[in-house]
Amino acid sequence: MLRRNPWYVFNKTWINALFWILMIMIIYPLFWMIINSLKTSTELFINSFAMPEKPLFKNYVDAWNMGFADFFLNSILVTATSVAVTVLLSAFCAYALARLDIRFKNTVLYLIIGGLLLSPQSALISLYRIFDVLNIYNTYFAMIVPYIAFRIPFAVFLMYGYFKDFPGDLEDAARIDGCSTFKTFLKIVMPISKPILAATAIVSSIFTWNEFLFALVFIESENLVTIPVGLSRFRDALQTNWTGMMAGIIIASLPMIIAFLFMSKAFISGLTAGSVKG
Amino acid sequence: MYVLPAIAFVLVFVYFPIVMNFYNSLFRMNSYSDARTFVGFKHYVRMFNDPIFYTAIKNNFLYAAFSILFQVGLGMVLAIFLEGRFIGKRMGTFFRNTLFIPSIISIPAVALLWYFIYNPQIGLLNGILGVVGLDSLKTAWLANPKTAIYSVIMMSQWQYTGYIMVLLVVAIQKIPRELYESAVIDGANEFQKAVYITIPSIKSMLAVTTIITFIGSFKLFSEIYIMTDGGPYNTTQVLGVYMYRAAFKFDEMGYGSAVAVIIFTITFLVSILQLKSFKST
Repeated sequence: MLRRNPWYVFNKTWINALFWILMIMIIYPLFWMIINSLKTSTELFINSFAMPEKPLFKNYVDAWNMGFADFFLNSILVTATSVAVTVLLSAFCAYALARLDIRFKNTVLYLIIGGLLLSPQSALISLYRIFDVLNIYNTYFAMIVPYIAFRIPFAVFLMYGYFKDFPGDLEDAARIDGCSTFKTFLKIVMPISKPILAATAIVSSIFTWNEFLFALVFIESENLVTIPVGLSRFRDALQTNWTGMMAGIIIASLPMIIAFLFMSKAFISGLTAGSVKG
Repeated sequence: MYVLPAIAFVLVFVYFPIVMNFYNSLFRMNSYSDARTFVGFKHYVRMFNDPIFYTAIKNNFLYAAFSILFQVGLGMVLAIFLEGRFIGKRMGTFFRNTLFIPSIISIPAVALLWYFIYNPQIGLLNGILGVVGLDSLKTAWLANPKTAIYSVIMMSQWQYTGYIMVLLVVAIQKIPRELYESAVIDGANEFQKAVYITIPSIKSMLAVTTIITFIGSFKLFSEIYIMTDGGPYNTTQVLGVYMYRAAFKFDEMGYGSAVAVIIFTITFLVSILQLKSFKST
């Protein structure tokens, strides 16, 4: 009986072995990159598998001084601004759509959620021309503005469902106590909605921190680019300084990985609530 | 009042550019002057006669096929394993989080890492092949027209299988435990539980993940741009890079817009499916 069952092969040992193989496939390339980022170029070319003679942190210092300090600052600035504005505007909008009596409610809801269907790629060329006309091409705004616009549909979608299921009693109580709608929203609704606000903020941060295409096309100046574009320009500038390149990749990736290790639950719940990619 | 700023942003910077894009695709224009010449559907005719366009669209489909097979197919198997009774809770969390990590690293960073892994001289892959005695398989993975596109595809599977797996794990965790309990009483084994309970219960999530994976394959840009830039001999060309190249390298904004219309049409139609399957969950 057991023999005929195709499941018998996949007993505990096999499955654990499979996962350990996958772990090696994920971790080893990252480990390989880390050890090579601590080597001299000569060491790398002699044997990329060997451990460094003595760890060389100079690659990191060089990468940092050759531009990563700027890229980092730009990424933080652009991500913080875009995420803050996105979350704030989306919370207002989602709350009004879910809880208040406003005109054209359904039209607005469909228009905003409909934005989820539209891929950034198909807006790229027109946005480039629009920013040129508005004179914001090659400024932080050329990244911040489209990031906000393309994240709002997603954020409203997440929050709308949350606000819709919200118990009305608290708001009623606040209103009886004489709170205005705005005050109720700020003092009662926002504090209870922290989980969904955090989930939205996290997902939007990952997106903004890692975004490449808009930043590549809308920014020309070296000193304005964010980390992903900085990284790709870095490669063209460094040519064969591969150990320095690897240090750069690690600097670029660490913040998100560290954030994830500390808040893996919030990351996962945020990303699964949205179920969208790239 | 509350909705105004949000809707303004979306209308002006999402809808308007996409509408403009249709209009722009009917003109010949470039970035340094405002002059535009109406050319009608000429760009579309030229596109449909360009063999590179077909290579690009074929690669997008190839990417989608592999991604659905690995990310949704393999991802589902792994998710079922993780949520079955095979792995301790602690280990399960470790496996899940480790598999998830590549998906939060930016695509350019992962693409550059794999650019090194595939390097013919110092690369990890050829190194490992040498160690296990498979020297005959060594090649310049990204420069060889036969292997280039598959090399880029496999990088994406490395990056995103864990992500889709986690989405499916969460869906499995929402299945009511009672379903399994009664199945166990009826004498069902793990395989039967997976086939008769787990998979049917996460059907809608499987649909959603299949669709987002498909759409993702048509939004493809950074991976190709960084690793091969469409080469060698356009064998790794995809619609996103083809559009970028037309608009920003050859300065043919109108032609680029026509390619963007194709990307829009495909992703839009499939996205409607996504919204529909979301409603059914």
